[in-house]
Amino acid sequence: MTDRIETGQVTGPPRAPTGAIRWLRENLFNTWYNSLLTLVIVWAGFNIVPAMVDWLVLEAVWHAAPPEACREAAGACWAFLHEKGRFILFGLYPYDEQWRPTLAVALALGLIAVSGDRRSWGRWLAIAWALGIVAIALLIRGGALGLSYVPNNQWGGLPLTLGLSIVGLVFAFPAGILLALGRRSDMPAVKAVCVAYIELIRGVPLITVLFMASLLIPLFLPQELSIDKLLRAQIGLIMFAAAYLAEVVRGGLQAIPRGQYEAADALGLTYWQKMRLIILPQALTIAIPPLVNTFIGFIKDTSLVVIIGLFDLLGATKSALSEAGWRPMYKEGYLFIALIYFVICYSLSKYSQALESRLETGRRARR
Amino acid sequence: MAVVSESETSRQRRSPLAALWNDPRYRAVIYQLLVIAGVVFVVGYLVSNTMANLEQRQIATGFGFLDREAGFAISESMFSYDATDTYGRAFLVGLTNTFRVAIIGVVLATILGVIIGIGRLSTNWLVAKLASAYVEVTRNVPLLLQLLVWYGVITYALPHPRDADNPLPGVFFSNRGIKLPAPVADIGWLTASVGVLVGIVGAIALARWAKRRQDATGQPFPTFRAGLAAIVGAGIVGWAVGGAPTAISVPELAGFNFRGGMTLTPEFAAVLLGLTIYTAGFIAEIVRSGILAVSHGQTEAAHALGLRRNQVLRLVVLPQALRIIIPPMTTQYLNLTKNSSLAVAVGYPDLVSIGNTTLNQTGQAIEAISIFMAVYLSLSLGISLFMNWYNSHIALVER
Repeated sequence: MTDRIETGQVTGPPRAPTGAIRWLRENLFNTWYNSLLTLVIVWAGFNIVPAMVDWLVLEAVWHAAPPEACREAAGACWAFLHEKGRFILFGLYPYDEQWRPTLAVALALGLIAVSGDRRSWGRWLAIAWALGIVAIALLIRGGALGLSYVPNNQWGGLPLTLGLSIVGLVFAFPAGILLALGRRSDMPAVKAVCVAYIELIRGVPLITVLFMASLLIPLFLPQELSIDKLLRAQIGLIMFAAAYLAEVVRGGLQAIPRGQYEAADALGLTYWQKMRLIILPQALTIAIPPLVNTFIGFIKDTSLVVIIGLFDLLGATKSALSEAGWRPMYKEGYLFIALIYFVICYSLSKYSQALESRLETGRRARR
Repeated sequence: MAVVSESETSRQRRSPLAALWNDPRYRAVIYQLLVIAGVVFVVGYLVSNTMANLEQRQIATGFGFLDREAGFAISESMFSYDATDTYGRAFLVGLTNTFRVAIIGVVLATILGVIIGIGRLSTNWLVAKLASAYVEVTRNVPLLLQLLVWYGVITYALPHPRDADNPLPGVFFSNRGIKLPAPVADIGWLTASVGVLVGIVGAIALARWAKRRQDATGQPFPTFRAGLAAIVGAGIVGWAVGGAPTAISVPELAGFNFRGGMTLTPEFAAVLLGLTIYTAGFIAEIVRSGILAVSHGQTEAAHALGLRRNQVLRLVVLPQALRIIIPPMTTQYLNLTKNSSLAVAVGYPDLVSIGNTTLNQTGQAIEAISIFMAVYLSLSLGISLFMNWYNSHIALVER
């Protein structure tokens, strides 16, 4: 009661620093240990960043040059990409025909970009994809419309990586949905078969599935039916992805309230009508973010085909690096393809995050 | 009305098959019979083809080849092995190598992942940005590529043994691998590890007793410090009982290579580094989301109860965060173990790599792949059984 504030004496709050200084104080120097961390990081940055810029840009060999010339330079040898860049991107594909895979990749990326817009989802998009895949297959394989035939042991590089990923997902996705439905089925035999398949595949590393596909499929099939290496790898990848996608779809199915199933039954819909019209549209919408994450994992996983001897992006780079002279340029080569993988996967993951937040608000608004 | 029902019943009578089909119970049975028949047919078809193919290629089936002499050397092994040993022993070497890299990798990835995950939540802008850059880069580049990069760095960028990097006394980085000082084998180290084990058991018993006492009387007990003291003390006692060995073998340059000490081969180091760095990115995200999932009200309520900062963390935040963190974390541990099979790409002799060599030599593809599957499947099933037990153990008890 003794403290009295007299009018006229009231002053404003103490003046706080604003702008850059305030930001620095709040975000970099708010406690003593944060200040210490900031100083350590800035000191490390001063040591590392200039050296990296030197290596990447200033001291690098930018023009085409033999590997010997690179050895004298202190920086990166981008001459390696001059020499081997097209081999890395296209593998053994005939040099003069490489516009075809380029166009195919552009077409595929365009389709993916269009599919990213939710407004485009619908029948027309499905038709566009079907046409696009036919066009891509025609471009890569040739043998019609005046395009020369290129056998698939010459396919490689980025088109192969994208092809294995897209074809793998196109086949694995419906298979995964069927497996997920089977796992949630009331029929014990169907359920047992689906559970056994999913757990078997998810329990083992992809590489054993690929070994199985590449070594056992020829044993499993009659002699006269031979499947080439690429198709075997693709089958292995599809089998693998289907099991993982099934679990993601199952997660979506489990999130649908029972009332939806019961309402569909009450309307007299058959099992497939119920799933197609009521349950799956909702379950798949919920499952989109984890589905995209599974897609990203799958795109990265296709790099494992190098172990069974295919020339995908990583395989082509490895083979380019195995040539005498270029061997020490592994940093440049791996950095280049790491950047390609990163751009693809990072943009997909950002897209899935954006989609997630949009779907999240949508659900909240409805409640 | 009567006319309609009569015609319906007559139609049903006319086709009893349709009646069966329209009864969901019978339809389910028919579906399942079809599925079983399909599976049996496909499996039978594949088996008969396989038999025919094996006969034609004159490959004997069965695991008899495991007793034959392997004839190939393995670059690193945790127990004695040479080319005259059997395939069975070679598989065992591969299995222990897989476990070695997986167990060390799990420990290191957890430490690094927790640091990065907490770093992403740091109030320091630079730390948070660096941590999220780490997560984005490691998660969006294929693991196999990362392994190859680390292998390249170790074999190309590191110097020859003669001018090896020597960051700490006794530690050498060279393109022959990483050399570390190691204690000379002695009975004393064995008794010391027995002592540590005894200490751990004692610490667990102590923690149980302390919790019971606190539940009954409310008196707290410094469980963590006392437990740590018990473990360290018992270890030291065991070490002293075993004769208190102090000899440590320090690597020394002799000619073109090092002598003494402990070696991490370039292959092992590359696989370990790659697996650790890759998995840490995933673990960091799990840790971050687990901590974020504990609502702020919980922390505030705990403060309002008068708990100290470390008590808030230990008694309120961590138990709730761990409930969210641990299931995906075990998935990551399992993934790391499965991903260690990529070691074949850099030539680390893990299970898959040795199985692959065996399979190329003997042609026993089915047997080798069944061994892979059996090992990884029993691991996965074992861990998921543990997870189910753990989940039911820590599940929230609701009304």
